[in-house]
Amino acid sequence: MRFRAKIVDLACLNHFSRIINTIARLAKTCILRLTVCKLYFILSDKVANGGASMWCELSQGNFFDEFQMEGVAAEHNEIYLELVPENLSRALKTAQSAKAVKIKLTNKHCPCLRVAVELPSLSSSSRIVTHDIPVGVIPRRMWNDFREPSVPDFDVSIYLPVLKTMKSVVERMKNLSNFIVIEANLSGEMNLKIETDLVCVTTHFKDLGNPPWASEDGCQSSAQGRDLESMAEACIDIKKLQQLLAGQQVNPTKALCNIARKRIVHFILLHEEVSLQYFIPAIA
Amino acid sequence: LSRIGDELYLEPTESGLSLRAVNSSRSAFASFLFAPLFFQLYEPGSAGPDTELFRCKVHMKSFLGVFRSLPSLEKSVGKCLILLKPRASRLVLQLHCKHGVTKTHNLAFQECERLQAVFDTQRCASRLCAPARVLAEAVVHFPPTLAEVTLGTGPGGKISLRNYVEDEAEPSKTMVTELWLAEDEFQSAAVAPGSHITFCLKEFRGLLSFAEASNLPLTIHFDEPGRPVVFTLDDTVLEVHLVLATLSDLKSNSRSPSTNGVSHLPAPSDDFADDLESYMAAMETSEGGSGGPPSPTFPLRTSRPAESDPEEEEEEEEEGEGAVPGTPPHKKFRSLFFGSVMTPGRPGPATTQEVLAEDSDGEC
Repeated sequence: MRFRAKIVDLACLNHFSRIINTIARLAKTCILRLTVCKLYFILSDKVANGGASMWCELSQGNFFDEFQMEGVAAEHNEIYLELVPENLSRALKTAQSAKAVKIKLTNKHCPCLRVAVELPSLSSSSRIVTHDIPVGVIPRRMWNDFREPSVPDFDVSIYLPVLKTMKSVVERMKNLSNFIVIEANLSGEMNLKIETDLVCVTTHFKDLGNPPWASEDGCQSSAQGRDLESMAEACIDIKKLQQLLAGQQVNPTKALCNIARKRIVHFILLHEEVSLQYFIPAIA
Repeated sequence: LSRIGDELYLEPTESGLSLRAVNSSRSAFASFLFAPLFFQLYEPGSAGPDTELFRCKVHMKSFLGVFRSLPSLEKSVGKCLILLKPRASRLVLQLHCKHGVTKTHNLAFQECERLQAVFDTQRCASRLCAPARVLAEAVVHFPPTLAEVTLGTGPGGKISLRNYVEDEAEPSKTMVTELWLAEDEFQSAAVAPGSHITFCLKEFRGLLSFAEASNLPLTIHFDEPGRPVVFTLDDTVLEVHLVLATLSDLKSNSRSPSTNGVSHLPAPSDDFADDLESYMAAMETSEGGSGGPPSPTFPLRTSRPAESDPEEEEEEEEEGEGAVPGTPPHKKFRSLFFGSVMTPGRPGPATTQEVLAEDSDGEC
């Protein structure tokens, strides 16, 4: 089992760091899955995470100049590692002017991801900073725990409002309540509501648009036969929503959410080179 | 100085005004000596045959409060007078400002004995001198909350900085960051090979920002682990010393120096074995549980704290909460040695390691 990768381009490094920063805000510990073509950051919906789960997928070719991976076995050519993304974020934070960043899986004293940053210096040789990030290697028998979650059977799918606006609304609401109701209909309308003993606050968004979902087996039927005005709502932990929005440092190309009435809200944020899905279960 | 201690010691001498501070666990000491030329007027007073020049200490916060907002001070203050009035028990700070305004601050002081850490830079085996900028750029890679850092020498004359991981911390859970600087980044480097010391980074950062702001090169004098590390800045009118205790290294005798060097080779030559195959094999065959074989621990660079002599321990317990931010836990670091009260003049060479004489102000 080996893994080595190298980033030389500063823009790629910057972009990769921003993705790691986003992940670090969503999960204290998560799984990094490495395949020949892709990297995945996975958070499974354990109770410890408050039931929220995450699936983030990126193509290694868009970031790394070199990428070599050998999995546990030929027919299981993948590596699953458990790590603290905040460590990776910190390691990359001061690397923004680096000549090169190399990442390597090592096992000198315990399994680690060694991030080696080569920095420019006025002397004849470069400065090298190495960060040894301890990781846990997930054995093959546990890989099934980390499969891609399926898109829930949702009632409404809607594009999100401008994330910056949504974030500032949610941040203010967070001061008043621990839970937020997110509801939307198939006419492009969405409301964010909080309700406390003293006050109810609702923010209305309209003309958001509803993404078309291909009806593969007729389950996600089209708008016909459905009440366009009827709202599907779910009450979720406001902190989880705020963390998701606060972690977005760049505007996604597409941002949408799927609401399964009273069950779960599934957020999908798509950028050119990376996709992030975040599932927040509804509070009963 | 305020990053080190809560009290500011003022000591006028023939060679200038010395401002000093020490932390509560006596593991950090700093002194700034302003030469007479720094001032427009400097009168240290007169010492008789039996009396020494008067010295005192004031509350750091009171003193800093007078100089609260530097930008506005720079615009409005023309002159500043510092006057010690022993009979009135007051330290007078008088700011002569624009428009004929004079602000006079009378600070209460306490008489004190001489505060002097015992150290001798001449006896340090190793010395490094670098522009403050280089060290600041090195330190930035460590988190702001990091308490202790290990400075070491490696192959090829390289100098390394590494975050210190406490014995109690789980090595398989702690991230380790190491930075390597080439010898030619330093203005001068005369180091004993294989040497390393561990000291408190927080207290050092304070001096580093001062050095950066004044654009002065910083010299680091160090010796064996356990002996204090001395940081100095030199200017025509200012002499700065920061003395920090370092972690003792009981195991250094049993462990060959090469182990320390080899285990931290710089990354570019990444040929070392990744023995993950056998690790994985071990994991696959282990029964149940959430993991395979327990992770071997990081090699311990330093071990248990040095055996403190009973006197020292007693004194440390009296000091109560060692939870002063930025201070290494005093049980692990030896207190600095403080010279006996009556020593005049410049610091003498360190005597024996066992004797610790605390400055006796206010304790009697």
